[in-house]
Amino acid sequence: MPAEDAGTGAEMPTIIEVSSDEARRVGAERSLGAVEHKADKLLEVRGLSTHFFTPDGVVQAVDDVSFDVDYGETLGLVGESGCGKSVTALSVARLVPNPPGRIVAGEIMFDGINLLKLSDEEMRKIRGKEIGFIFQDPLTSLNPTLTIGYQIAESVRQHLGLSPRAANDRVVELLGKVGIPKARDRLGDYPFQFSGGMRQRVMIAIALSCDPKLILADEPTTALDVTIQAQILELIQTLADEFHTAVLMITHDLGIAAGMCDRVNVMYAGRIVETATVDELFEGPKMPYAWGLLDSLPRIDDIRGDRLRTIEGMPPLLIAPPDACRFAPRCNYAREVCRTDEPELTMHGAAGHLARCWATEPGGWIS
Amino acid sequence: MATEALRGNLVRPRQSSGLWSDAFGRLRKNKLAMVGLVMVILLFLVAIFGPMLAPYPYTEQDLEAVLANGGRPVPPGDPHHLLGTDQIGRDLLSRLLDGARISMTVAVVVQIVVLLIGVPIGAIAGWFGGRTDNLLMRFTDVMYAFPDLLFIILLSVAFRETFFGKALDGLLLVFVAIGLTSWVTVARLVRGQILSLKETEFVEAARAIGVSDAKIVTRHLLPNGIGPIIVAVTLGIPAAILAEATLAYIGIGVQAPRASWGSLIADGQKVVRGDPHLVIFPAICIATALISFTFLGDGLRDALDPKLKGKQ
Amino acid sequence: MARYFIGRFLWIIPVLFVVSTLTFLLMHAVPGGPWAREKALPAPTVERLNQKYGLDDPIYVQYLRWAGDLVQGNLGPSYKYQDRTVNDIVGDGIGTTVQLGVMAFLLAVLVGIPLGIIAALGHNKWPDYLSTGISIVGIAMPSFVLAMLLVVLFGVTLRWFPTGGWKGPETWVMPTVALAGFPIAVIARYTRASMLEVTRKDYIRTAQSKGLPGGAVVSRHMIRNALIPVVTILGPTLAFLVTGSFIIESIFGIPGIGRYYVTSISQKDYGVLMAMTILYAFAVAFLNLVVDVLYAYIDPRIRYT
Repeated sequence: MPAEDAGTGAEMPTIIEVSSDEARRVGAERSLGAVEHKADKLLEVRGLSTHFFTPDGVVQAVDDVSFDVDYGETLGLVGESGCGKSVTALSVARLVPNPPGRIVAGEIMFDGINLLKLSDEEMRKIRGKEIGFIFQDPLTSLNPTLTIGYQIAESVRQHLGLSPRAANDRVVELLGKVGIPKARDRLGDYPFQFSGGMRQRVMIAIALSCDPKLILADEPTTALDVTIQAQILELIQTLADEFHTAVLMITHDLGIAAGMCDRVNVMYAGRIVETATVDELFEGPKMPYAWGLLDSLPRIDDIRGDRLRTIEGMPPLLIAPPDACRFAPRCNYAREVCRTDEPELTMHGAAGHLARCWATEPGGWIS
Repeated sequence: MATEALRGNLVRPRQSSGLWSDAFGRLRKNKLAMVGLVMVILLFLVAIFGPMLAPYPYTEQDLEAVLANGGRPVPPGDPHHLLGTDQIGRDLLSRLLDGARISMTVAVVVQIVVLLIGVPIGAIAGWFGGRTDNLLMRFTDVMYAFPDLLFIILLSVAFRETFFGKALDGLLLVFVAIGLTSWVTVARLVRGQILSLKETEFVEAARAIGVSDAKIVTRHLLPNGIGPIIVAVTLGIPAAILAEATLAYIGIGVQAPRASWGSLIADGQKVVRGDPHLVIFPAICIATALISFTFLGDGLRDALDPKLKGKQ
Repeated sequence: MARYFIGRFLWIIPVLFVVSTLTFLLMHAVPGGPWAREKALPAPTVERLNQKYGLDDPIYVQYLRWAGDLVQGNLGPSYKYQDRTVNDIVGDGIGTTVQLGVMAFLLAVLVGIPLGIIAALGHNKWPDYLSTGISIVGIAMPSFVLAMLLVVLFGVTLRWFPTGGWKGPETWVMPTVALAGFPIAVIARYTRASMLEVTRKDYIRTAQSKGLPGGAVVSRHMIRNALIPVVTILGPTLAFLVTGSFIIESIFGIPGIGRYYVTSISQKDYGVLMAMTILYAFAVAFLNLVVDVLYAYIDPRIRYT
């Protein structure tokens, strides 16, 4: 089955079958869509806190997180598993499972609208239409008992009100765009008849189906083979550029962020600990945790040939975290202040390069 | 699934203190299961000590009380007969206590028969695979198609006059017959467990150092796959109790003057309009037993194997 | 797939062979014969009867004769009802028994599944408690107790329904409910657990991320997937209804074939007993096959080969 993926990634089929007026109208709207901006930023997240109320205590999965995404920008959100990056994305789409999770504070401005103030019904109309979601595991994220064609058509019909026929044409077009050959013949296939990479293409087609302004991509390649990862990432990038769609790229892999993103937010233990452009971050990371992440990238010029370096220790428990730098217990450079006071996210070096670290602050003990 | 993984990520795993104490911890949090467990313990205590505490022997007839009541069964609330008597003055409470012994014996003996047959067959089928597996599984197909009750009735009637049929007031035969029709689930379960565990690394390792097949199965595989078996056995108990009650109701199994809850209901049915207590109290006893074991079994399933949740 | 199911169907034949052989042997191991009466018949009469029905032949001859007749659609004579053949007896009652079983099955499915779904959707709220309460009652009451309760309550006290017989829809209600009580509880419990499990699946989150209305997520994405495991217990449920109906038939005095179930054994009415065995075994095996077909239909991943 994986053979299906071979060669379909790089050369993107550009034939767009438009066989109905309705589909053509949608296509026309799409090319205009990117022009009208209702706010300065597409997405402004301010002071977002999402907690999980578990029998063991309140888990502060996301704690006072703020960041922006520009129209058409690809922003990286990087961190170890469990650092809160997925919960952040789920919070933006208001998909945090409740119970036990709940957004307890913050503001999420999307294209000029505060999503947290919307009714469930209003939010539903944005979800899938304005905000697309690509999940981590394509094997479990598609409904096993519905056809591929149906699952893609579903959101088109829901949000664009297309007739079944027009929706079908739109699905064929989308499948072509995500590089599934003979798309029309595969509408009636079920997910189990697709390989992992193909299923992730289907997920991408679903996410893009209503021409959203933002795509939340939650580790979209983690569950895939390495060879297919590159194809999928390239596909996301190509399509995002083509549609002028912003992407919030969530990954634990700095390498992916480096390849895809303009700017990167590094998250650790529920907080953003560093924000910078990709170039800035790779040239001069200002947070020992980010150094660790960079260090653990396998490098082709690594001549020492020893094991991959990893960051020692485990992330802290997020139940009642102490008022301290959350990375301090694992940090080789930590001093007393790191264990008694939590640093703010402040300017470190170049404009727009923020970090949460006492040591690398101007006047700190590392420069 | 993802939300669970996510939750798992958020809370760092506690110090693992072994499968069993973890499972017991989960069981203790499940209120219904704990109610079931307490009731099951009580039922067993009643079964063991009840007949000693019974106000009268279950055969004793208090004809005077019946005559004093105009020839009708004594209603419940009588100072001498708390739950009343039947038509010939036998104390209902005493008979119910004896019935508890029968039902709890069913609970234990049937499951022993099930394990004695089901575990070896399942283990052999799973371990040797191939033709042996095929043959044994086809045999379970046949057992599955066998009309249970018909088979049990037939066995009971066929052996009624033999020594085997008379053992334990005719109960042993019924227990074995019920067991003979209920082992298929356990056999399939054991087979499945063995099939999946067979491929795991610790079995490879055991094989590599030359441990014998029988030893691997008994020392390694069964202990590791025991959770689902416990669950199946616990949930098999109410089924067996129900089967015994049904058989007793149609007059098969326990022989008079002993009476199981099912046969008490059958006796009481004739006078249910005038003296409903003769049906109601045995029915409450059956309900209690069925519910307790079902709650406990459900709780054990959730506690021992979260993945099995809701499946039997 | 058709090949697979034809194979499965043919497999019923050896199953029936084994079941019937075992029953035949067991039956003849039972001491006494069909002619045992309160007042013993004179020995020459018994001998003559045995000769007439071939009961003095070796067992394997009797078995082969029975099997040969069966293949030709002849279930043989009844020793108890000597004026009727087993074909007559079965023919008269089987329609009623099947009708009762099918009605109870439909009732169990049509009540049990919605009950389970409602319980799961109102998880830990009153619909859940109500549905769980109904399930507990269904589990706690053997069908004969439920039947008695219905008779006393709705037949004798309230006089809503006749207490017995099989003469039109009003007589069907109580037997059907009594028979369906336990399966309703089982199906509802199973559906509820399955729904709760599906709720946590990734593809449900995907459906939500598409912005579908809650009702569409439930109806299109949850229910169908939740029902897949439920289908697996429909086989045993059908078997339970088919083999369990005899008690209900005798309580309500329903002229089905179930009542011969017990009497044929105690009266050593070999022909009727063998017919019952074959019919029930066939019903169980065939219904399980039907359930497997249904399973393949509802879950596209299943392709039998």
